[in-house]
Amino acid sequence: MSGEELVIDVRGVTKRFSGRAVVNDIAMQVRRGEIYGFLGPNGSGKTTFLRMLCGLLTPDAGEGVCLGFDFRTESAEIKKHVGYMTQRFSFYEDLSIEENLDFVARIYGIPRRKEAVNRSLETLGLVPRRRQLAGVLSGGWKQRLALAACLIHEPRLLLLDEPTAGVDPKARRDFWQEIHRLAAEGLTVLITTHYMDEAERCHRLAYIAYGNLLARGTVAEVVRSAQLTTYEVTGPNLWELAAKLRGAAGIEQVVAFGTTLHVSGRDAAAMDESIAPWRVGGWQWQPVASGLEDVFISLMDRAKDNFS
Amino acid sequence: MSRHAFNLRRFWAIVVKEFIQMRRDRLTFAMMVGIPLIQLILFGYAINADPKHLPTAVLSADNSIFSRTLVWALQNSDYFHIVRQSGSEEEIRTLLARGNVQFVVHIPEDFSRRLLRGEQPSLLLEADATDPMATGYALSALDTLVNSAFDRDLIGPLSRLRVRPGPVELRTHRHYNPENITQYNIVPGLMGVVLTMTMVIITALAITRERERGTMENLLSTPVHPGEVMIGKIIPYILVGYIQVTLILAAARFLFHVPMMGSLPLLLGVILLFISATLTVGITFSTATRNQLQAVQMAFFFFLPNILLSGFMFPFRGMPSWAQWIGEALPLTHFLRIARGILLKGNGPREIAPELWPIALFMVLMLTIGIKRYRQTLD
Repeated sequence: MSGEELVIDVRGVTKRFSGRAVVNDIAMQVRRGEIYGFLGPNGSGKTTFLRMLCGLLTPDAGEGVCLGFDFRTESAEIKKHVGYMTQRFSFYEDLSIEENLDFVARIYGIPRRKEAVNRSLETLGLVPRRRQLAGVLSGGWKQRLALAACLIHEPRLLLLDEPTAGVDPKARRDFWQEIHRLAAEGLTVLITTHYMDEAERCHRLAYIAYGNLLARGTVAEVVRSAQLTTYEVTGPNLWELAAKLRGAAGIEQVVAFGTTLHVSGRDAAAMDESIAPWRVGGWQWQPVASGLEDVFISLMDRAKDNFS
Repeated sequence: MSRHAFNLRRFWAIVVKEFIQMRRDRLTFAMMVGIPLIQLILFGYAINADPKHLPTAVLSADNSIFSRTLVWALQNSDYFHIVRQSGSEEEIRTLLARGNVQFVVHIPEDFSRRLLRGEQPSLLLEADATDPMATGYALSALDTLVNSAFDRDLIGPLSRLRVRPGPVELRTHRHYNPENITQYNIVPGLMGVVLTMTMVIITALAITRERERGTMENLLSTPVHPGEVMIGKIIPYILVGYIQVTLILAAARFLFHVPMMGSLPLLLGVILLFISATLTVGITFSTATRNQLQAVQMAFFFFLPNILLSGFMFPFRGMPSWAQWIGEALPLTHFLRIARGILLKGNGPREIAPELWPIALFMVLMLTIGIKRYRQTLD
């Protein structure tokens, strides 16, 4: 991490709501031009963390810098260089696409505003719809508008809170194309998501559950750190086999994947012992690399035991 | 959080946005113009604190010139409208109980005989006094009426029976509204009532709406300053307020012929202060409410003491002192005095000054609470 510019560098970030820590002692480093995926189950504190970064919530503890400014005391400065796309569409539904962009451009005091708005409309292919009210747009178009509005002031950091929820696969792919293009130009992106395929498109990841950071690194690093052993089973009556395997010593997950079964656990020795009786009877056991989803579910189950 | 200065450009962005949204929200706009019109019609044409032509029954056991004169005088006073002239005691009682008549006048059998003898005969007036306002004026009119009604008949030798003037002659000058026209009092007051009602609701809604629709989260993540948001949101509604004022003043002038004795520019200037004070209430309410329904409820909560204790509907001096104290704290109370003062009495800056500073003080207090409570974060 040395030698590279850290856009986000915070430690010990904590936020409590009525005594309960929603974000608990989280540290995060994000480099310039990086797409950083922020994953975790619903209510795990992802949105709260993003809101603290851009000054929407006051942290109870923590220190560090965001874009070179103290994230606790200089949020007014940070706000000028951050584009924050909220989970729920939060532009004005009774304003047209163009009026929304124009409003944002005015707020940020963009020079040659009309040009900037036109450029933004063109880049996102919104020109023919410029006079449509934002409220009548479909989910995909709303998302495009929100992204365009977040980018109009050329921010240095983009915070995206579940930007692709409810968006069709084609629009999602286009969206990620755009994010990668922006990152290549040097924009830093912190994005929360539930989708595993999206997680794999990030340069690096952090996994948070119940307010605690459980894993971070590249996809490979995260998978490796989980030390999960996974077998792929093929053969007859997989559903019955699954029922018998569940709850056996060392076996944490039994998940059906089409005509195969994925069986995984952390304690390889205990697993092998539990599996031994089922190695005969027409079932083929094949060790495979653990997927990100296996890892996350494993992490979440462990977190439940530790923090609930 | 480091304070950054008020920025005109961002402020203007909010103003432009609010105007576009106001233009799109036809229903609200129609309501803001419709409310003053409806209230003008209702209060201006329907309300009369000096009711006349009240249904009256006369039960006369004495058929003489004097009793006829009395009936004629009652009828002539405009306050009484004789609907029954005969009937049994029981019948008349039913009429009163049912509310078919407001008054029953009993003329006793020996009325003219005793009158001529100078024995001061009694007349019985029964009134349905459930509503004191409805009977008050008529009763006081009757007092003088009875004493002077017979002057016409008490001539020649009978003139000694006329009421002798007392040692003092009372002369009354009813200033500013000599004809006692209710509209002169109501219509200028209506301006303040309409502004209080619509301005508080509309601003409380404008800010709460941002929170309810989730757009506040977006707004807070931009560098915009709370002051810019608040004042930017207020400006369009000040304009709406002036549209309402123009409507009411035009109606006052051309429909109700309310006199305009004082200076119109002075009145319009005071209105700016009053609108601003009212808007700060809306802003402060919006910081305490979570959704638009709550905002409307709070606005009505504020509206009630305003309409009852400000002196708009009921005489201010008729209230007990604790109610007067509450009334004095409301900007509407002072605005009513100013508006009536300028329009009816021709008051100038010197006369209205004592009513101006309470409005200003109220505004400063409310604004301080509003800005203190306005959260720049979602905490």
